[in-house]
Amino acid sequence: MIEFERVSKRYPNGREALTNVSFRIESGEMVFLTGRSGAGKSTVLKLVALLERPTRGTVTVNGKSTGALRARHIPAFRRHVGVVFQDHKLLADRPVFDNVALPLVVAGAPLKEIDKRVRAALDQVGLLGKERMLPSELSVGEQQRVGIARAVVSKPPLIIADEPTGNLDPELSLEVMRLFRRFSDVGVTVLVATHDQHIVRELAMREIVLASGEVQSGGADSLPHLVARR
Amino acid sequence: MSLGVFGTRHAQALLGSLGRLRRNPFATVLTLLVIGLALALPAALGLFIINAQSATGDFGHAVDMSVYLKSGVPLAKAQQLANDARQRSGVAQVVVISADEGLEEFRKYSGFGAALDALQTNPLPNVLRVVPERAASSSADLESLRDYFAAWPEVDVVQLDTEWVLRFNAILEVLRRLVLIAAVLLGAGVLAVVGNTIRLEILNRRAEIEVTKLVGGSNAFVRRPFLYTGLIYGVGGAVLAWAILEAAVLVLDQPVATLAQLYGSRYALQGPSGQVLGTLFGGGMALGWLGAWISAHRHLRSIEPR
Repeated sequence: MIEFERVSKRYPNGREALTNVSFRIESGEMVFLTGRSGAGKSTVLKLVALLERPTRGTVTVNGKSTGALRARHIPAFRRHVGVVFQDHKLLADRPVFDNVALPLVVAGAPLKEIDKRVRAALDQVGLLGKERMLPSELSVGEQQRVGIARAVVSKPPLIIADEPTGNLDPELSLEVMRLFRRFSDVGVTVLVATHDQHIVRELAMREIVLASGEVQSGGADSLPHLVARR
Repeated sequence: MSLGVFGTRHAQALLGSLGRLRRNPFATVLTLLVIGLALALPAALGLFIINAQSATGDFGHAVDMSVYLKSGVPLAKAQQLANDARQRSGVAQVVVISADEGLEEFRKYSGFGAALDALQTNPLPNVLRVVPERAASSSADLESLRDYFAAWPEVDVVQLDTEWVLRFNAILEVLRRLVLIAAVLLGAGVLAVVGNTIRLEILNRRAEIEVTKLVGGSNAFVRRPFLYTGLIYGVGGAVLAWAILEAAVLVLDQPVATLAQLYGSRYALQGPSGQVLGTLFGGGMALGWLGAWISAHRHLRSIEPR
């Protein structure tokens, strides 16, 4: 599902965020991406969501190399990747329903189906009945779950999350991670960047550790072993 | 994309734009007012020209010439000459104004009635008033017609009354150019106003645009509501301009009627015709859409999710 091959990323300001990073994530896998702040976790996610392109090496997502993708094909590419942010990036002036419906509206889904799928997604994250509320009327944990509902509503084969539990207490964090695991159980590939070691230990999923822009462990070499463990 | 999805997307964009404008009534009204005034001015000038043209009753084409016969030529001969003149191609109508009729008319309109009574004999000649056919009213045709009559031995002088027609047409042409200049300048103004309004709107909704692009919204999808906003501004401005024109016609109607009456005419001011309104709305929509498109094209591309 995701393959990084000798990927380096240098930002325009000259900072080299990733150096020679290689790893592979199979379809349906759930993987934690860990490391200190500045280790390159966010950059990996940005490369997967095609918010950035690699400076060297190739990033292949869903069978497509992101480096060669033309700009006009980027929207269609992004519809197949659900993204969850630490600050959840909800639209403050729109009710929960509209926020969750956005990926479907963008894809031109019929209204009936939008209604059905949004309710299903909200049901999955336990927020059914709060469709008409504004994000500001919800708790932080609920807001994060709205963000997750938005990421999964169009049933993408891949979900990536950048510190999705950054603002949550341990209990809520665990709840959110279990939610991700449920998606992975039904065949969705999930890549979660986090620095929360407690959660990683608790869920006992494969872990790719980044340090100063390089893979420290859990990358390409140890792949067969880790896949076997699952 | 099926037709249904296409329609749904556009309906969503249109309704979204309308809702957004309604939630911000003060700013919307201000923008509409500026656009409305900018559209109303050239439209009003255009309407003025149309009215000037029709009030003067096709002046521009009503050319005629007066063929003054020599003073010795009797009326019977004048009638006969008129018959001959009617045979010539390019002549629509020939009216004989006898010396007596001429004198009577002069007495009536000149105010020299008493002075004329002092005259022993009528000093005026018989005159043929020749109206050329409309198709033969070019200046070359008129010249040749004049030469034709001037060559007759009974004719003293041929007076062609074209100078004032040319002047009138020239004035109309100047006014038309003025309308064109005003329309171009104010049209550019409308473009700038719509473009800037849309630019501010785009900056205000930056976060929303980023998220929309992040979940796979294409540039066309993101651009669409802004284009509809521009279109709505254009239509709204045109409606406002229409109202301004109608109000101006209403205010001017009475004085114009009075003025016309003083000139012995029953002319009534004409409101904007279907064609004028068509141009107004077409122009408004085109300018609104174009202004929004230019602005969206420039500013949306730079907003990418990070």
